[in-house]
Amino acid sequence: MARMKFLCDADRCIECNACVTACKNEHDVPWGINRRRVVTINDGKPGERSVSMACMHCTDAPCAAVCPVNCFYTTADGVVLHSKDLCIGCGYCFYACPFGAPQYPRVGNFGSRGKMDKCTFCAGGPEADSTSAEYVKYGSNRLAEGKLPLCAEMCSTKSLLAGDGDIIAQIYKERVSKRGYGSGAWGWKTAYKETIAT
Amino acid sequence: MAEFLAHVRYFVGALALLAVIAVATPSVAQAPGQVNPTAQSVKEDQLFQQLNRLDGRVTIPDARSAVLIQPAGQSWREFHQSTLLWIAGISIVGMVVLLTVFYLVRGVVKLSSGKAGRTILRFNGFERFIHWMTATTFIILAISGLNLTFGKNLLLPLIGPEAFTAFSQWGKYAHNYLSFPFAIGVFFIFIMWIKDNIPNSVDVEWIKQGGGIVGKKHPPAYRFNAGQKIVYWIVVLGGVAVAISGYLLMFPFYGTGIAGMQLAQIIHGIVGVLMIAAMLAHIYIGTIGMEGAFDAMGSGEVDVNWAKEHHKLWVDEEMGKTGSTRARMTPAE
Ligand code: SF4
Ligand code: SF4
Repeated sequence: MARMKFLCDADRCIECNACVTACKNEHDVPWGINRRRVVTINDGKPGERSVSMACMHCTDAPCAAVCPVNCFYTTADGVVLHSKDLCIGCGYCFYACPFGAPQYPRVGNFGSRGKMDKCTFCAGGPEADSTSAEYVKYGSNRLAEGKLPLCAEMCSTKSLLAGDGDIIAQIYKERVSKRGYGSGAWGWKTAYKETIAT
Repeated sequence: MAEFLAHVRYFVGALALLAVIAVATPSVAQAPGQVNPTAQSVKEDQLFQQLNRLDGRVTIPDARSAVLIQPAGQSWREFHQSTLLWIAGISIVGMVVLLTVFYLVRGVVKLSSGKAGRTILRFNGFERFIHWMTATTFIILAISGLNLTFGKNLLLPLIGPEAFTAFSQWGKYAHNYLSFPFAIGVFFIFIMWIKDNIPNSVDVEWIKQGGGIVGKKHPPAYRFNAGQKIVYWIVVLGGVAVAISGYLLMFPFYGTGIAGMQLAQIIHGIVGVLMIAAMLAHIYIGTIGMEGAFDAMGSGEVDVNWAKEHHKLWVDEEMGKTGSTRARMTPAE
């Protein structure tokens, strides 16, 4: 089985936010929630880079460790998913997540945050694959159709890579050796406790 | 003719320009030590050497999502999954063990002079109402709080995920809404009893004599002895700490950002479990641990002999203030 990962090649990201838009559209993500976002570091300064970030589907995921109702599970592909039926909206996963991935439909509303929502790597949730029950809660299940996450699929510069961790790491390595520079695999150390030697 | 010469001039000029470019380009490209400006970029490792989290700018409306990576989440995880469990386990289980041993060794603190049959009003209706409102909400807050910390290890395997989620969901609502009567109760406890809870020299003597609990003597005390004053200040200071930290968590991003919420949860967790441990001792001594103590918060009337044994100076004060009118006769049984 492949170990699915995300990698944003920040030297290619042009901050067009197409991944953000594609994700919202594909999954009918509720108002106020962005499962993916593009963060620009050192904006306006020399060496500025933009990084597209969502849930990284961590190894030994912090969110899963702290959840008081144990509603997370990791698929055979290494994708970290959760059950909205079991989530009580406590906010703990949000405190623990290094990437700010978990979000809530009603932030600041008397502690009743609502069910947590986050990137599913386009892999849905615990419901049966590609059912409407699954779609309503988690969005579409592209992985079940043999497709990779839409954000990366339609990235115009192919900056955002999604798929088998070994393969995307190899692609990134080749790019870096060809062009002679690379700002690194952002978040990999934090999420996967490894980085890509280039 | 002049026109032709002008064309030649242009032609020669253009050639000369081309020549300059042709000569200049390779020399620029091959200039040793020249840097490629696009290759220079911010790097995660360098940023993390200076910062403990990475912030940027986002163009979507949610400005909070501009935090790119906050590794502090992993420290918070460590606290929540390990440190807090140890603190809670040691303090709560430790207290239960301590009280059990104490009960077996010392036994019930008996009324050594027997019942007088006459009672004296110790806590009026309002005081008892505030006490029980704070106490019952505290117990529910404690159970629902402990459930979030220990429930998935202790209760979840027993009742299964659906029932456990339902219980935890109700626990969360109870925790959020009952925090208000609890906080109001703590506030009234603070103003109601502050004048009797200022530490003084009598307390020093009381503590030296082990409060009459460890020893057999009954050191005198005013309305509240040093032990009760400690309970009072634990409730007031601890209550304020859990209330503030709790409300910061209940209204995310109103008062704090993510780092503040992690800190608030740490304070809330530690103070909460320490208060639970302290309240176990308070419940013990107010019920099975001491003969006659429960009446104070039950009917509000305590036996005069009990009052004299445990709160001599207070009884003297009360009697002096009102004669013996407040001490009522009750039929001897
Ligand atoms: S990025 Fe956050 S939400 Fe996603 S797996 Fe890691 S800790 Fe969990
Ligand atoms: S918000 Fe939901 S998913 Fe996140 S830790 Fe709480 S119960 Fe688990």
